[in-house]
Amino acid sequence: MNFFEVVFQPGIMDIIVKMLIILIKVVVVFGVLMLHVTYATYFERKSIGHMQVRLGPMRVGPHGLLQPIADFIKLFFKEDIIPAGADKPIFFIAPVISIFAGITAISVIPFFNGFVIADINIGLLFILAMSSLNAYGVVLAGWASNSKYSFLGALRSSAQVISYEIAMGLSLVGVMMMAGSLDLSEIVRAQQRFPGGFFWPQALGFFIFVVAAFAETNRTPFDLPEAESELVAGYFTEYSGMRFALFYVAEYVGMILMSLVAITCFLGGWDGPFAIPYVPFAWLLIKLYLFMFFFYWIRATVPRYRYDQLMALGWKLLIPLSLLNIVGTGLVKVLLR
Amino acid sequence: MNPYLFGYLAAAIIGLSAVALTRKNPVHAVLLMIVMFFHLAVLYLGLGAEFLAAVQIIVYAGAIMVLFLFVVMVLNIKEEIESERFTGGWPLGVSLAAGLFLLLIILTGKVLPGQQGVYTAQVIASQTDTKALGVLLYTQYIFPFELASLILLVAVVGAIVLAKKKLR
Repeated sequence: MNFFEVVFQPGIMDIIVKMLIILIKVVVVFGVLMLHVTYATYFERKSIGHMQVRLGPMRVGPHGLLQPIADFIKLFFKEDIIPAGADKPIFFIAPVISIFAGITAISVIPFFNGFVIADINIGLLFILAMSSLNAYGVVLAGWASNSKYSFLGALRSSAQVISYEIAMGLSLVGVMMMAGSLDLSEIVRAQQRFPGGFFWPQALGFFIFVVAAFAETNRTPFDLPEAESELVAGYFTEYSGMRFALFYVAEYVGMILMSLVAITCFLGGWDGPFAIPYVPFAWLLIKLYLFMFFFYWIRATVPRYRYDQLMALGWKLLIPLSLLNIVGTGLVKVLLR
Repeated sequence: MNPYLFGYLAAAIIGLSAVALTRKNPVHAVLLMIVMFFHLAVLYLGLGAEFLAAVQIIVYAGAIMVLFLFVVMVLNIKEEIESERFTGGWPLGVSLAAGLFLLLIILTGKVLPGQQGVYTAQVIASQTDTKALGVLLYTQYIFPFELASLILLVAVVGAIVLAKKKLR
């Protein structure tokens, strides 16, 4: 459906009601998302702590449950330091671009049957478009800081994100071909014919997508843009206080977004083996927590890649494999017809 | 398309391009270009070409401008800011462009409306523009499409040959 046709229909009451419904949906999703981001940090520290035979945060509240809130208050009241040679407008806007790209993309994810903020028929392309903007936040932050460490982090990040974006886009083509649509709700419905979603028929695509998702979100083993042992903190070395917090939130929003895309495109979306009464989004949340745990699990297990290995993996393995996946999917689709 | 929306978009696109041209700092100019591309994408959305809008963002704002930014960031900004923005011949260029613009304005009224094709707004809305574009590209226009891909492939191979230092 065309967005402008929906919004700018004659009848002013219609418009107001539609706008109100969209606004309420936005507020609800944003609130829930921010809550998840806050506790994703706690979940990460606890899981990695236990994997390394530590306890993780224990001091603030029972079992450290209030730790994320304490962290937030600390960051909020910290001094906001701006480097002397910084390009101020770009320095200010870079973290905003980062966080905006992630949050906007979440608006096309269907959370359960019929609940999606913006039901557009190019949902998947929209997500790719928004995630390609993510690079700007990182690159501009690194450049505007006027610091060598930040700049190196930014250069690494832009090369990495451009390379892995191709593999990610191509890995999703298989899903588009099987579902015959770019609409994410349609993709979820198409998966109901397959037990386990597109995970089995698109196993290769899923593998490529997950590797590319790790690279896109700058997570270990591909966290070279912020490699703390080489570059202090990479592109956000010069950021402090609230602006640092924005980057932090953007990273977790990115992880949640990538998990949601993987769930929607490969793991059956809101659908589960049996319906859970009164909580239509229960399966989505369960899958989301499992996927986020997977992110942390990998972080605690796999060491960082070398930069040339990262590039070789992206260009020489993932892109050819994803092209193979497209050809294979097409062949099977033609043969089965 | 809502005329107010079109008015805003057209004004913003022209204004942003003009501001981008006059920036001394090339990074700022690139950023303004990206904002301009977003307005262009919204223009496509308003015309019902959702696929084009998404591709506009992915290809232009997402990929090409990142490469631009990449190159521009490696420039020496301090030197760049001090240098003159325009070369001496700019009045000639401006008058040429203004002449072309005037010609376009005169000609707009004289253009005969073309024959209406099969793909009206309703047809495209019923089968989504992604599908309409794909079907046309791979059936009726398959030859020009493949030719364009081949030309791009030649360019890619050429770039690799130029970038590679030693050729055995």
